[in-house]
Amino acid sequence: MNSYLRSHLIQLENEAIYVIREIAAQFERPVLLFSGGKDSIVMAHLARKAFYPGKIPFPFLHIDTGHNFPETLAFRDRLMKKLEAQLLVGYVQDSIDKGRVVEETGPNASRNGLQTVTLLDTLTEYKFEAALGGARRDEEKARAKERFFSHRDAFGQWDPKNQRPELWNLYNGRKLPNEHFRVFPLSNWTELDVWQYIYNEKIELPSLYFSHQREVIKRDGTLLAVTDIVRPQAGEMVESKIVRFRTIGDMTCTGAVESRASNMEEIIQEVASARVTERGGRADDKRSEAAMEDRKRQGYF
Amino acid sequence: MMTNPNATTPQEKVDLLEDVSRPGVKAGVDLLRFTTAGSVDDGKSTLIGRLLYDSKAIFEDQLEAVERASETRGDEHVDLALLMDGLRAEREQKITIDVAYRYFATPKRKFIIADTPGHIQYTRNMVTGASTAELAIILIDARKGVVTQSRRHGFLATLLQIPHLMVAINKMDLVDYKQDVYNQIMADYKDFASKLSVQDIVFIPISALHGDNVVEKSYKMPWYDGPTLLHHLEHVNVGASRNLVDFRFPVQYVIRPNQDFRGFAGQVASGRVAVGEEVVVLPSGLQSKVKSIVTYESEPDEAIIGDSVVLTLEDEIDISRGDMIVRTRNLPQKSGQLDATLCWMSETPMNRQGAYWLQHTTRLVKTLISELNYKIDVDTMHREPTDSLALNEIGRVQLTTTQPIFYDRYQINRNTGSFILIDPYTNNTVAAGMIRGQSRQISDLIDIQAKVESDTMRKKSTDVVWESIGISREMRESKNGHKAAVLWFTGLSGSGKSTVAKKVEQFLFDRGGRTMFLDGDNVRHGLNGDLGFSEHDRQENIRRVAEVARLGFEHGNIVLCSFISPFQADRDFARSLLPQGRFFEVFVKCDIEVCKRRDPKGLYARALKGEIKNFTGISSPYEEPANPEIVFETDLHSTEEIVAQIMSILQAREII
Repeated sequence: MNSYLRSHLIQLENEAIYVIREIAAQFERPVLLFSGGKDSIVMAHLARKAFYPGKIPFPFLHIDTGHNFPETLAFRDRLMKKLEAQLLVGYVQDSIDKGRVVEETGPNASRNGLQTVTLLDTLTEYKFEAALGGARRDEEKARAKERFFSHRDAFGQWDPKNQRPELWNLYNGRKLPNEHFRVFPLSNWTELDVWQYIYNEKIELPSLYFSHQREVIKRDGTLLAVTDIVRPQAGEMVESKIVRFRTIGDMTCTGAVESRASNMEEIIQEVASARVTERGGRADDKRSEAAMEDRKRQGYF
Repeated sequence: MMTNPNATTPQEKVDLLEDVSRPGVKAGVDLLRFTTAGSVDDGKSTLIGRLLYDSKAIFEDQLEAVERASETRGDEHVDLALLMDGLRAEREQKITIDVAYRYFATPKRKFIIADTPGHIQYTRNMVTGASTAELAIILIDARKGVVTQSRRHGFLATLLQIPHLMVAINKMDLVDYKQDVYNQIMADYKDFASKLSVQDIVFIPISALHGDNVVEKSYKMPWYDGPTLLHHLEHVNVGASRNLVDFRFPVQYVIRPNQDFRGFAGQVASGRVAVGEEVVVLPSGLQSKVKSIVTYESEPDEAIIGDSVVLTLEDEIDISRGDMIVRTRNLPQKSGQLDATLCWMSETPMNRQGAYWLQHTTRLVKTLISELNYKIDVDTMHREPTDSLALNEIGRVQLTTTQPIFYDRYQINRNTGSFILIDPYTNNTVAAGMIRGQSRQISDLIDIQAKVESDTMRKKSTDVVWESIGISREMRESKNGHKAAVLWFTGLSGSGKSTVAKKVEQFLFDRGGRTMFLDGDNVRHGLNGDLGFSEHDRQENIRRVAEVARLGFEHGNIVLCSFISPFQADRDFARSLLPQGRFFEVFVKCDIEVCKRRDPKGLYARALKGEIKNFTGISSPYEEPANPEIVFETDLHSTEEIVAQIMSILQAREII
């Protein structure tokens, strides 16, 4: 009678699939936000499972800062083909060209914050009502209070003091016109859960996640890859190191970690014994104590 | 800084990995969702900080962020509570104002904590956190003892049917780790809890600040011999509240990739279903059989509570979201009149005139609040008349829905007994509801009264002398909605016969079953008070019990008999009194060494010393049943699993 038990990963998968199906059922125009990172790759995998043997009944949306690692984009396109999914891309460059945003200047200039405007503009353009994301509550303390169905007002803003209560597995997706929802099926997963799930399910990942030799500079305690976008400043030394990335975002703010973990088993070992959160490598969170909360209020992912 | 002696080592984490790398069914790492409640300053955040820190779920950069923040604020100590309070407003006011979810894992279990604030204005958050929890930790400050809020937390936890309560008596360091303080608080709380329907409650004296009895046993409280807080979290029986019997499948989404495939996607809300089983679709009432259970990896033979699957049926039936697929012989209740408990969660009070959306499983219907019976003062549990419910108030209501819904009582099925109310104008979730049953309208009662009166009148007027019309068993059975049967539990002393039999009885009773329970304790005092333990007397004991069971059976009951009854001949006698198919010999198997260890009445100890003669298993033989209808092993399976197994056999044999 042990068949009455399910492991924690199966339970998390069941929950995520349930939430993804709720989105397809409750909204006419949902979209899956795809960053190319491992969480959104897991989301794509779960969406595939949720509607099998049918196809995923909503498109994917990638907000391209123009500062993505080329590996991410190549991987993205391959995956979309495999899933037979429709991919939409919102370009931050377009928002800059239209004068919707002004690009930061200086050596630490990042387009990370600008993404928010492009994202909201794209959601409005396509009239998307619900945007699925791979964010998890364990990532950052402002996210610990996030709902599965996170309500956003007509300006795309999150009001942490006025969130809808979420009880049992009853998700209220009713909304006024112009409002939308962000939905987070992986809310209850931890970084280790995600890695174990990727391992169990044999999910393919971009090569950036595995250790490789790369030229990096150390800036504000973060190891950044030297690319066309991130160039060494005076006094910064370019070193060649064996590194990998724990999260994959914009090249200007995604830090590498020194690591020799070159396969899934080694990565899980490393994650299990890590002493720094995966966002610890992200320069954008260090800007202030409430950095993440501020960005979320404005409509960040 | 805190030391961290119990951090999970990488080696342990590797075991965890290997365990889960076998996907699918396995007993290894499971999941416990629990909620924590405490008043301001009870040390809740410190306790959670301690659990996360000791289980290595807090990382260096998080700790550094807290150190930076404490420094900025000019605090003397690094405040671990800052780890918990995520939102800026909370950090400024140093209070938790919303449910926060935390995660940690040990090699045994993964844990999800719903950390809920304890102030009076946030009952709605506690209800939210409790709705998915299987265990509630109620924190009590040892210096303050049981306060109003500790009672409220207990009341809400039982209202939401959390199966396990853990009362953590914190700050024992500040009362010099004194046992009498702990004992007094425990006695006070038990006194209060006796008014609630608490299923399981434990008390643990701790100091979250110093880590006493949190992860490590405290040498400062040698008088306490129970488990540590973490040990209890790791070993408490998860899934105890799951309903493994009543198959309910609310359809979420229809999957139709082509003309040849029509699948119904959903998550099994309760019970289990297997390929080939007869099902009925509600509300249409159309019947079919399960053709296949489809998942991305495979087509399993069965699905159980919690599984997100796709079902296909043998027949082409029009099914859409909001429909419910159930077993033909195990139907939910259907009604548009609901008796429910509501917790109001909106700043805007209840509008008695307006309609609300009622979201129940995957179904959305409109509802009116036809009656508001009373509100409950969560501190005193007193009922008070009221015209409306305001934020954080709890009340009993009668609802009238525009279309009937298919439900079970919340007490027996959390998934099909719960609902939310949504304001149709703001679209906010305004209330959480738990279904108690079908509304009884006054008109129903008046009709019954009128009928009784007219029947009496008729009898009187025609001068008919009342006589027994001989109510047959069949008539009783048809009224009861189930057949009569005798379940004869046999097994060694301490094997768990009565524990399981009582659970089975409770289960049947909760579903409106007619039951009767017989065991050694309740017959040896009266009916068989004249009998001893000689061979003859033991045989006579069983004979009388079997006859009483037969009487109960003839009156339409499901009779549960729990007797060691070691001899096959005695059990065969009992069987001979009943029609075929109605006697169930239930062999409660358990290793004798386990029975000796359990020894609930201290009988083994006495028998081994020679104080009891003819003790089964020690000085007298036990004849194992040759062909029992039901066998299970209580040392290998949980009571809940066994009850589920028995229920599915009773269903298969068409008793229930």
